[in-house]
Amino acid sequence: MRSISFGQATVEATASAMRGDEAVIVTGEDIGWGGNFGQFKGLLEEFGPERVVDMPISEALILGSAVGAAVTGLRPVASLSFVEFTMGAMDEIINQAAKFRYMFGGQVSVPMVIRASDGVLRSSGAQHSESFEAFFSHMPGLKVVAPSNPADAKGLLRSAIDDDDPVIYLENKKITFRRGPVAEEDYWTPLGKASVARTGGDISLITYSVMTQHALEAAKILSEEHEIDAEVIDLRSLVPLDMATVLDSVAKTRRVVVCHEAWTFGGFGAEISSQINECLFGELDAPVLRVGAKSSPIPFSPPLERAVVPEVSEVVQAALKTLSRHPG
Amino acid sequence: MTFDVENRNDNLEAYRKLLLIRCFEETLEALFAEGKIPGFVHTYIGEEAIAVGVCSNLRTDDYITSTHRGHGHAIAKGIDLNGLMAEVFGKATGICKGRGGSMHVADFSKGILGANGIVAAGTVIAAGAGLSIRRRQTDQVVTCFFGDGGINKGTVHEAMNFCSVKKLPVVFVCENNQYAQFTSRERTTSVSDLSARGVAHGIPAVTVDGNNLIEVIGETGNAIDKARAGLGPTLVVAETYRFGGHYVGDPQAYRSPEEVGDRRLKDPIPMYEAYLESQGLVDSGYFEKEKEAVQELVAAAVSYAETSEYPNPESATDYVFADSMQDHQ
Repeated sequence: MRSISFGQATVEATASAMRGDEAVIVTGEDIGWGGNFGQFKGLLEEFGPERVVDMPISEALILGSAVGAAVTGLRPVASLSFVEFTMGAMDEIINQAAKFRYMFGGQVSVPMVIRASDGVLRSSGAQHSESFEAFFSHMPGLKVVAPSNPADAKGLLRSAIDDDDPVIYLENKKITFRRGPVAEEDYWTPLGKASVARTGGDISLITYSVMTQHALEAAKILSEEHEIDAEVIDLRSLVPLDMATVLDSVAKTRRVVVCHEAWTFGGFGAEISSQINECLFGELDAPVLRVGAKSSPIPFSPPLERAVVPEVSEVVQAALKTLSRHPG
Repeated sequence: MTFDVENRNDNLEAYRKLLLIRCFEETLEALFAEGKIPGFVHTYIGEEAIAVGVCSNLRTDDYITSTHRGHGHAIAKGIDLNGLMAEVFGKATGICKGRGGSMHVADFSKGILGANGIVAAGTVIAAGAGLSIRRRQTDQVVTCFFGDGGINKGTVHEAMNFCSVKKLPVVFVCENNQYAQFTSRERTTSVSDLSARGVAHGIPAVTVDGNNLIEVIGETGNAIDKARAGLGPTLVVAETYRFGGHYVGDPQAYRSPEEVGDRRLKDPIPMYEAYLESQGLVDSGYFEKEKEAVQELVAAAVSYAETSEYPNPESATDYVFADSMQDHQ
């Protein structure tokens, strides 16, 4: 199979959705020239400025107008470049997009996708490095996806565009240029279906987005250096959440580390950990551990940045700590 | 233009809408005082001529976005009165099945894209509806209502700038009722002539007497016709006065009873009655008969709401998502 980048994979999904449905439009900051990560490259040339709309740097307008377009017959895909920029449009995301369907008694759906790049990349600083999936997931009415590889990036984006609810599509900066095998034909990766990225029997590493790549590297180290066979579950979608796949894995391994690049405190890992405890408390051989960022804005200076953000070695250490609690 | 000033029926229909809004809101005041309405109620009393004037020029397939003070806009645009009343009561038969309440009434089949509890949130939503109209190549128009409080929000400026750049079919209607919640306009707003805010974005702006129905109909009709013809947005500033408090029960310590009394002398309903009489459009006794008819309609809506059931608590999480994905969580 050919290999393309994460960004190119999302262009394919978008272009295909636009060819199939005249109602799909793309709006956002600096998309006409292709976007910071090439994730819109070629769309303006193929679909023209009526469907690929360069917007002013007015975040509330970009997402508010997406809501207005979505409830009057379009399927907008709105991009805000960096996820921090959603902060300028939280009213539109939380008070409008997420609530319209419910608040108006199911009269309308809000079929829109909000694309934003998140995560740490080479000293981008405190306002261009963060991961906000925990509070998007916290809000009823939003779906949240965070793919970890180009193949899922394509399939999840296509499902997100075709979905009738607002979907936050988080694309991690570190992996956006990474290449991987992607099928040429159209396909839909369902929202709410985790994937088993690596099969193993000793411990479950539950993760998503860029940390799936880290967890796979950690699993390799655990296998080669410690003869530990780790299973890696890539959630892919946080809302809806596929807890069944998580619980199946944990019931088998009885030990868990939940990993994400976002802050540990109040992070999405707390939700996973809590649900595991509620369902499998008596069957665990060790407490559920979490690996995530320290509670600090993301620093600029490279050694400080490395100190705050979780690395592969921390996943390995957490796994070993969990295994050391083996009662036998 | 939809409304014909010479046409008797058009005038009488507009008069009935004015009365309907007034009667609906006064009835809610009484019901709220009796403890029958949950939550808060923001009434539109004194401002009726703006909603009626604007919506007289709109077709059913045109859109409006509304505010927390939205009953009047919804009634003027044709919302079902029973469904509206039942919604304010929180009943299952409400237009939003009891999920929205007074601040969140909507009827998408009538182009009412929702009353909104967030000040000026409707402006950017209206811009998106305008973009959608452009993309779908229809001749619909969207009108967004907001207030003198809302005009200080960033969303108003983001929406005005974009609609101006793209020449979208959006009419901005600023209802200057002189108070942003509990604070007067002079204390919060840099310009006394609010139309300057449209000028700043290259949008033609007009100021009208918002209590004079015929003037509102004329000026907003021009703006709506222009938008429909593809000539872009207009800002209409409608000068008016909120007869009631910010919400029903507001003690109104921030203004004097004399001020309110003075402004009540310019009530839009007697003003329009005088106009109808001067034009010879009504016989004697017409106004009284209409008032009685409207009271009956509102009383029937109250009865419908009171006898309706509350939503089943087991349905509390219905309508969060378009599919039944809650099962996954």
